[in-house]
Amino acid sequence: MTSLYLILAVILFSIGLIGFLIRRNALVVFMCVELMLNACNLLFVAFSNHHGILDGQMAAFFVMVVAAAEVVIGLSIIVMITRTRRSTSVDAGTVLKG
Amino acid sequence: MLLEILSPVAAQGLMQWAWLLIAIPGGMAALLLIAGKVTNRFGHWLATAAPIASFILALIFFIDLLSRSVEARTVSVHLYNWITAGAWEINVGILLDPLSIVFVLLITGVGSLIHIYSIGYMAHDPNRRRFFAYLNLFVAAMLLLVLADNYLVLFVGWEGVGLASYLLISFWQEKPSAAAAGKKAFIVNRVGDMGLLTASFTLLAMFSSTAFVDVSTGADKLTTGWATFLGFMLLLAACGKSAQVPLQSWLLDAMEGPTPVSALIHAATMVTAGVYLVVRSGAIFEQTPSAQLAVVIVGTVTLLAGAWIGCAKDDIKKVLAGSTMSQIGYMMLAAGIGPAGYAFAIFHLLTHGFFKANMFLGAGSVMHAMDDDVNMRHYGALRKLLPITFITFAMGYLAIIGFPMFAGFYSKDHIIEAAFHAQPAMGVLALIGAGVTAFYMTRLMMMTFFGEKRWREGVHPHESPVVMWVPLVILAIGSLIGGMALNGWIGHWLEPIGAEVSGHPSWLPHITTIGIITMVVVALGVALAWYLFSKKPVPDEAQEKVSILTTAGRQDLFGDTVNEYLIIKPASALSRGIAFMDEKGVTPAVEGSGRFVQLIGDKVRLIQNGYVRTYGLTMVVGAVLIGVALVLSRLV
Amino acid sequence: MMVPMVTGTEVVFWICAVLAILGAVGLITFSKPVYSALCLALVMVSLAVIYASLGAPFLMAVQIIVYTGAILMLFLFVIMLVGVDTHDSFTETLKGHRVAAGLAGVGVLTLLTLAVTQVVLGSPAGLDAANAGGNVEGLASLIFSRYVIAFECTAALLITAAVAAMVLAYPEKVKKKIGQVERAAQRLEAFTKSGQHPGPKPSSGVFARHNSIATPALLPDGTVAEESVSRILADRVAIASAEDLWAPHDEILAAIESEEDDIFELEEAKEETEAEVSEGVPTRQDTPINEDDQDKDDSKDQDKEEKDND
Repeated sequence: MTSLYLILAVILFSIGLIGFLIRRNALVVFMCVELMLNACNLLFVAFSNHHGILDGQMAAFFVMVVAAAEVVIGLSIIVMITRTRRSTSVDAGTVLKG
Repeated sequence: MLLEILSPVAAQGLMQWAWLLIAIPGGMAALLLIAGKVTNRFGHWLATAAPIASFILALIFFIDLLSRSVEARTVSVHLYNWITAGAWEINVGILLDPLSIVFVLLITGVGSLIHIYSIGYMAHDPNRRRFFAYLNLFVAAMLLLVLADNYLVLFVGWEGVGLASYLLISFWQEKPSAAAAGKKAFIVNRVGDMGLLTASFTLLAMFSSTAFVDVSTGADKLTTGWATFLGFMLLLAACGKSAQVPLQSWLLDAMEGPTPVSALIHAATMVTAGVYLVVRSGAIFEQTPSAQLAVVIVGTVTLLAGAWIGCAKDDIKKVLAGSTMSQIGYMMLAAGIGPAGYAFAIFHLLTHGFFKANMFLGAGSVMHAMDDDVNMRHYGALRKLLPITFITFAMGYLAIIGFPMFAGFYSKDHIIEAAFHAQPAMGVLALIGAGVTAFYMTRLMMMTFFGEKRWREGVHPHESPVVMWVPLVILAIGSLIGGMALNGWIGHWLEPIGAEVSGHPSWLPHITTIGIITMVVVALGVALAWYLFSKKPVPDEAQEKVSILTTAGRQDLFGDTVNEYLIIKPASALSRGIAFMDEKGVTPAVEGSGRFVQLIGDKVRLIQNGYVRTYGLTMVVGAVLIGVALVLSRLV
Repeated sequence: MMVPMVTGTEVVFWICAVLAILGAVGLITFSKPVYSALCLALVMVSLAVIYASLGAPFLMAVQIIVYTGAILMLFLFVIMLVGVDTHDSFTETLKGHRVAAGLAGVGVLTLLTLAVTQVVLGSPAGLDAANAGGNVEGLASLIFSRYVIAFECTAALLITAAVAAMVLAYPEKVKKKIGQVERAAQRLEAFTKSGQHPGPKPSSGVFARHNSIATPALLPDGTVAEESVSRILADRVAIASAEDLWAPHDEILAAIESEEDDIFELEEAKEETEAEVSEGVPTRQDTPINEDDQDKDDSKDQDKEEKDND
């Protein structure tokens, strides 16, 4: 039974990863990262249930807190970039070009 | 039979303060240089007091040593531990023995007189204080050299002497020739220093010590090969410092310095260091006849070369410089003969110290009178105007040519005799050298003090002030009686350091066949010079058409030319070759590797396209590859 | 019993798993960010339900309140802020990127699936025992005992994040704000230096037939007062010339003075003049969104006027 949850988590994670690589809109890319985080959370909760201890849920809780902080920072960065570059495309900023 | 250096006894009482001998002039030099302008007014008096104080101290030590038994005359003063590395332990210590105390007395005695003389000579020089500081430094370095109890500390003094000579020869640094002469002396001395360093290293490797005592007691365990190597290295060092062929070229240029410096270098310090080194290292030379022979040959060649140069020069100081080369050659010859000659080498060194200082200071006095003109063709008939200078100079002159009862008569005859006993061929050459010496010194006397006036316009010769002629008088007395006083004593005094003296010489001249022949040869030289330079008027300008011998003498026997072609030209050719290699080989290689990296960078930087997604993809692909690798490694 | 036992948990799983995967696929395929965000909300709610079925009611609540409620709303806010009507183009600009990304994704999926399926797991222990005293109470006792330091760290983290967000998102003020006093001082200074009139500029010309600010005022001598029209308007719009403005007046004067009272002709002339003037008035579409800050006030006034005109 638990393996089903694991497979679901893997599928969600992979979809998030592909989206992260393909999409150009910074907001959507960010959403894909959130999706991957959620997939991991699912693993935590599933294993918590499997082993019968609450520490997994604890970890998932902390992931959510960190995700909240991350989203706040990430979105403000996106807002700032959008303000200066007038674009939400992650391809717009190629300052790192060698 | 060779006597080894007696094992030294530890110093007691006042002897423990022997380091003051070095510290007084050294500290005074530091004081004058550091205190600066404050001491401009009285610095020269302080500086003159320093060597006098050292001299008094040395006299006290000398009397103390005299009163001791022969076995107790070698005294060591341990100062401190300098280097401790593994089994090696280098101590800084002072070795007071009959040899070093004689040197100390000569250095401080003659040095003091030169200091006093310099007060008058340098009275109007704007940098007088600096000059005196350097003189003190010179004396301190030389004292450290002769008082050191091992080769490494000796080397410190050796280098100090080199430095001080550089500073003093190029003292009038505003003259390009003086600056060049200072550099030349310094660089040529470096060649000799290399020899001394190599010898010190070898000694360290052989004996784990460079102390004279350890070396002299262990020298008979050396293989002949190593002993010869050491002998040649020490000879190279001695050649550099004592201006022996082939490292003689710096000495004549060193005349660019103020005359008291020339006197100090030639009479009391510097050039005697090489003789000291050879005598001090007698135990090593004992083991190697070939190195001894080399010393004898070097000495003989130098004494002839110096005399030759002395005959051809018109510059009064250069004539004296040539004579110094020649006389040091005699000393080296004696030192090379072995124990039989050590005492004579030191004896001649002492008498030479007197009469050469006497003559250099006399030459300085003449120059002082002639407005610093050094060309003897512009002198003449000075004996009446400079009576004191003339009389004292004459004492030195008689001493150097070996006039009976004068200082040089005793010491030089001993050397010629010893040379005849050891190497008859060398004896003959030394004899010829004595004749030539008589010739050129007579020439100098004739051209300077006799004959007609050939003065330039506006020159008004006058006798020097009292501070200048008092030292002259003292040194003249030394030239007169130095030989008689020391003749019966020096040989036995130096026995503890290995000198061997046969018979019991006294102050009375010991008339031998060789002695008589020598006097005849000297008389011939004097007569020839008198005939050539007193009968005929001396031409005002040096003649252009002269024999090849004269030309060679005027050109310092082509010493600079030889150096130019043997060393400087090949060295610059080598440098150019290396520079060419650098330009055509190294530079393209370096630049090429740079360009290669640039090329790679140009290609690789395309990977950095600036797209975040590409970077993310690269990361994921990397993670996948690692995962695949892990899985595969599990499967295999 | 041949019929396999179907528990409530399994039912919930299969329903929510399908919804979650659909939502995830939708997230990466919709071209509008808003749709993607809504798809993400679907995924999160589905997961929340799964959490509930796995004995984690507190996490379910947090998932819905924090994630779906707060974080996703923040996303939507930002989407609205940066432009809700932007479409994402799906044309790949990097050569071969999409194929490579797909392959990499599939590679990750394969590897992870392999890893997960290799694990042999027994039947789940269930959280009944752990949740005996209540799920929230159990978590609370963990938070404040074993994880208390991590918990305090998250507090610091959140504070830092809040401050950082403010610092990052707050636009820097480029110019110092100018108040009434400063403005008055500036005007007087300009007056002393260049003799510029310190009072208000002349208002635009308002005539019986026009109330557009594109109409310049006329000076008593009949010429145009240049300052009565905004500089921006003067650059972009054809300003009526003094002759045009005078034309109807002249015509009317002429008509009155002429003995022929032909009202019809007068009406015609009037219409023509009106058409000419309204052609010069800018429409809303032509006005670019960006205006220089300096002239913002003027453009607002202009907009107002235009609305009235329309």
